[in-house]
Amino acid sequence: MDFITILSIFVLACFVGYYVVWAVTPALHTPLMAVTNAISSVIVVGALIAAAAGSVSVGGSTAKWLGLLAVVLASVNIFGGFAVTARMLAMYKKRERR
Amino acid sequence: MHEGPGAPAWVMLAYLVAGVCFILALRGLSSPESSRRGNRFGMAGMLLAVGTTLIHYMPRTGIGHIDSNILVQIVGAIAVGAAIGIVTARRIAMTAMPQLVAAFHSLVGLAAVLVAAAAFLNPEAFGIVEGLGDGTGWTVFPPLAEALPINPVSRVEMGLGAAIGAITFSGSVIAFLKLNGNMSGKPILLPMRHVINLGTLAAILGLIAYFTQDQSPWVFWTLTGLAFLIGFLLIIPIGGADMPVVVSMLNSYSGWAAAAMGFTLQNSAMIITGALVGSSGAILSYIMCRAMNRSFISVIAGGFGGDSVAAGGGGASDRPWKRGSAEDAAFLMKQAEQVIIVPGYGMAVAQAQHALREMGDLLKKEGVSVKYAIHPVAGRMPGHMNVLLAEANVPYDEVFELEDINSEFARTDVAFVIGANDVTNPAAKTDKTSPIYGMPVLDVEKAKTVLFIKRSMGGVGYAGVDNELFYRDNTMMLLADAKKMVEEIVKSLG
Repeated sequence: MDFITILSIFVLACFVGYYVVWAVTPALHTPLMAVTNAISSVIVVGALIAAAAGSVSVGGSTAKWLGLLAVVLASVNIFGGFAVTARMLAMYKKRERR
Repeated sequence: MHEGPGAPAWVMLAYLVAGVCFILALRGLSSPESSRRGNRFGMAGMLLAVGTTLIHYMPRTGIGHIDSNILVQIVGAIAVGAAIGIVTARRIAMTAMPQLVAAFHSLVGLAAVLVAAAAFLNPEAFGIVEGLGDGTGWTVFPPLAEALPINPVSRVEMGLGAAIGAITFSGSVIAFLKLNGNMSGKPILLPMRHVINLGTLAAILGLIAYFTQDQSPWVFWTLTGLAFLIGFLLIIPIGGADMPVVVSMLNSYSGWAAAAMGFTLQNSAMIITGALVGSSGAILSYIMCRAMNRSFISVIAGGFGGDSVAAGGGGASDRPWKRGSAEDAAFLMKQAEQVIIVPGYGMAVAQAQHALREMGDLLKKEGVSVKYAIHPVAGRMPGHMNVLLAEANVPYDEVFELEDINSEFARTDVAFVIGANDVTNPAAKTDKTSPIYGMPVLDVEKAKTVLFIKRSMGGVGYAGVDNELFYRDNTMMLLADAKKMVEEIVKSLG
């Protein structure tokens, strides 16, 4: 992919984000922050690439350990973020109709 | 080498699908019913992104054999993170959610810095070595004394990713310390702070530009170090009450950091997610600023509202006011047709949400209609009050936002204000000299009676202004700890 293709994806995704987020009900703004936090940990992809790379260059082995550390941090976020979001969302209940 | 070394189409497609899952995760939050399914979409997207990366990027020691050492290390790292994350998520009190979110943001920020650093140190693994960018597969280099040249565009992206990540990290750490009470919520104002901040920011941008010319490690590390510093400097002057904006803003930054790294890796899942999270945080910041009638710039400039700013209009507390007891409050609410409860940060501090719901249940048994009114900046993060009420089993269809319920106060017998202050101050509508003039407020004073729980008459709200409401004829002050007062009211009702 060239830079322009990537930029196009980015710009269009910003618009999608704009409309999707405005549609989020204010009551769920805290879960929104928790879940966006979890998904922004998709940065783990970069961490995994660094951790999995063979150390063929000088900085390679340092990069590998930095990558592993980043995998730990991002995993805390992914599991913690989704779990806490699920915990919050489970609490939102409708009035019981009698 | 785009999308990693010679990424096949299925890898790129998988990342795209993961990105779409993340969009659906946010889309689900448009209503509580669809939200749980949305969260599952999010998890599925993450599983897909991680799985794809592991399968595609795992080094192989022979034909089809995955290097098991590395796999064990990675799975171990994930397991450690997962254990910490899940235990934290289970144990955390709902009132501590703002701190938790701030802590999580700091982790994303630090992870972004680490990934940027790893990409800087091992550019070939990320496919960003200059002149090798055409998906020609693995190109193995002998160990070199000198670093490989990185694409100038990638240098900018990685510089931005590291800088935004570092700001997110140190800013979130300060926000966490302030929200968690390890650090005073008071703004800390350094002399010349605007000059220092703008200078640091300019230096960071300058270094990123210079980085395209000179790939020396000092450039990368200096700009990252300065970014850590400015994250710290940016948040220390911001007062506790502006934290909803700060937390949203850091949320946005964590997204932009992920997006910048997505550009480096040419990874659509990261770019889509970064854009989603970035706009989400930006929109939340905007909503919070609007709800306080403040500009984003004035929040960032900081200095607004400490713990104890001198009350405006000296001697205001000499004015007469009425004090009521729990029995009075119980009697008034029992007689009412409709009661609207207005919770604020004080309810969270006192952990009064469960007692409050009990009170609401008893009133409903008496045939009283009970509703909850939530101001957008009530609490320390967007939606903070809604979560606490949900935790206490208050049905979400009894909870209303400012614009949906404000017209109802005039038809309401009792407005019950618990732990909120400035968001109910009528001076915001009438007094042009008030620091909160123009801020949208809940029209509680229009109710027949206002019951206002407050610890004592001494303190003022975060804006440091006296509340007109206390001295009105239809206001009855209930001076006590919020939770104790509500429990006493529950006793009187029962």
